[in-house]
Amino acid sequence: MNILFAFLIIAVLGLLLGLALAFAAEKFAVEKDEKAEQILEILPGANCGACGYPGCSGYASALSKREAPNGLCSPGGPKTSALVATILGIEDEGVGERMVAYVHCRGNNELTQRNFKYDGIEECSGAYMLFKGESSCKYGCLHLGSCIQVCPTDAIYRDEKGNVTVEPDKCIGCRKCTLVCPTNVIKMIPARGSHAIACNSFDSGAFVRKVCEVGCIGCKICERKFPDSGCVVENFLATIDYSRPMTQIADAAEACPTKCIVVARQ
Amino acid sequence: MSYIAIFITYVFINNFILSQFLGLCPFIGVSKNSESAIGMGMAVTFVMGLASVLTYLVYHFLLVPLNLAFLQTLTFILLIAGLVQFVELVIQKNSPALYQALGIFLPLITTNCAVLGIAILNINENYNLMESFLAGISGGLGFTLALILMSNIRERLDLHPVRKVFKGVPIAFISGGLMALAFMAFDKSLLTNLLG
Repeated sequence: MNILFAFLIIAVLGLLLGLALAFAAEKFAVEKDEKAEQILEILPGANCGACGYPGCSGYASALSKREAPNGLCSPGGPKTSALVATILGIEDEGVGERMVAYVHCRGNNELTQRNFKYDGIEECSGAYMLFKGESSCKYGCLHLGSCIQVCPTDAIYRDEKGNVTVEPDKCIGCRKCTLVCPTNVIKMIPARGSHAIACNSFDSGAFVRKVCEVGCIGCKICERKFPDSGCVVENFLATIDYSRPMTQIADAAEACPTKCIVVARQ
Repeated sequence: MSYIAIFITYVFINNFILSQFLGLCPFIGVSKNSESAIGMGMAVTFVMGLASVLTYLVYHFLLVPLNLAFLQTLTFILLIAGLVQFVELVIQKNSPALYQALGIFLPLITTNCAVLGIAILNINENYNLMESFLAGISGGLGFTLALILMSNIRERLDLHPVRKVFKGVPIAFISGGLMALAFMAFDKSLLTNLLG
C-alpha cells in the first residue's frame, strides 16, 4: 500500500509542477525572432564588437530587423555575409577589404630615450596619464600590453625584442586594440599591404632623430624619389596610401635613412 | 530571539559557501563582476526562501501524514527543479540582461546543493514554517554576501600584477580559501556574546 502511495505522490506532484510550468511558459512567453536566431548561429560568436553592436546577438537582432547593414562582421568575412544575405533574402554586398591591426612603432627602451621610469599599474592608460608615458616620444607604443589583454584571438604578442606585434593571420579586425591604445599607435592597414611605416611620431625630424633611432624623420626621400611607392609625408610622418600602386615600396624601404618602412607581411 | 539567532547563524556562522562549502559552483563561476554576482545572489535567495516554504509544506502536510518521510530527497529535488524553471521563465521575461549575465548558472541553481541543503536542514532542525522561511532567506543572503565579497575581490585582482600561472581562477581559489579561514572566526560564541 505504502509503495502505491509513494508512487502516486511523486506522480501527482510531478504532474502538478508540469502543469504549473506549462501555464507559466505560456504566460511568460518571450517572443523569439527566428531569423535572428538563425543569423546568430552563423555569426562567429566571438562577441568582439567589431560591428559596433553589443555582441553577436545584438548584431543578429539588428540584422533581422534590417536596422543594421550586412557585412559589418569582419571576423566572419565574406562567407558569413553571404550566408546572412541568403537568410534575409537580400543581395550580398560583401564585407569590404580585410583589415588587420598594425603597431606603427618599433621603438623600445634601448632605441628610444626615456624621460623617467614608470612604475605604476601595468596598464597603458595608466602610463599615459602620467606625462603621456615614460618615453621621450609621446606617439609611440607604451609597451605595457593593454592591447594584448583585450585581443579576443591572442593575435598580439611581444616579439623577442619586447616590441608589441600583431600577427596578421590571427587578427580578425575587431579594432578592440585600436580603441584601448591611448597613443593610437595601433592602426588598421589592409591585410594585403606588404609594407608599413613603423612610426607614429608627428614630432619634427630633428627631435625624432635626437630621441629615437628608428623613427620617421619626415625626410620625404620615399615620397620624392619613389613616387610609385605609395608613401605620403605629412607633418613629419610618412604614411602609405594603400589605394595607390606600391611597386617601388621595396626600394623606398631600402633607401629610408632610419629604415622605418618595414615589411608588414611576408 | 530565535529569529535573530537563525539570521546570524545562516548569514555568518554557517555561511553556506564559506563554512559549509555548499554551492561552490556559482561562487567561482558568477563572481567575475559584482553586477551578475548580485543578480545571482538575489535569484538564489528568492529560490531558497520559496523552496524552504514549499518543502516545509509538502513535508509536513503530505509526506509525514502518509508516512512517506523517506521520500524527502526525491520530492525536494522535484520541487526545487520546478521552482527554478519557474524563476528562469520569470527572469527571462522581465530582465533579459540579467538572464544573459547569469547564463548557464541559472539552470544550475536546480542542482545547487545549497538549496537542497537548506530544505533538508530545515527538517533536521525542526523549524516551524516561519523559521524555515527565515532560514532560507538568511541562507540566500549569506550566499549573496560571499558572492559579492568574492566578486569585489576579483574585480580588484584584475588590476593587480598577478603571476601568469595564478591569473584568473587559481588566485580566486586562493582568495576564496582565505575568506573561508576568516569566516571561521564566526562561531557559536558569537551568538552567546550577542544574545546572552
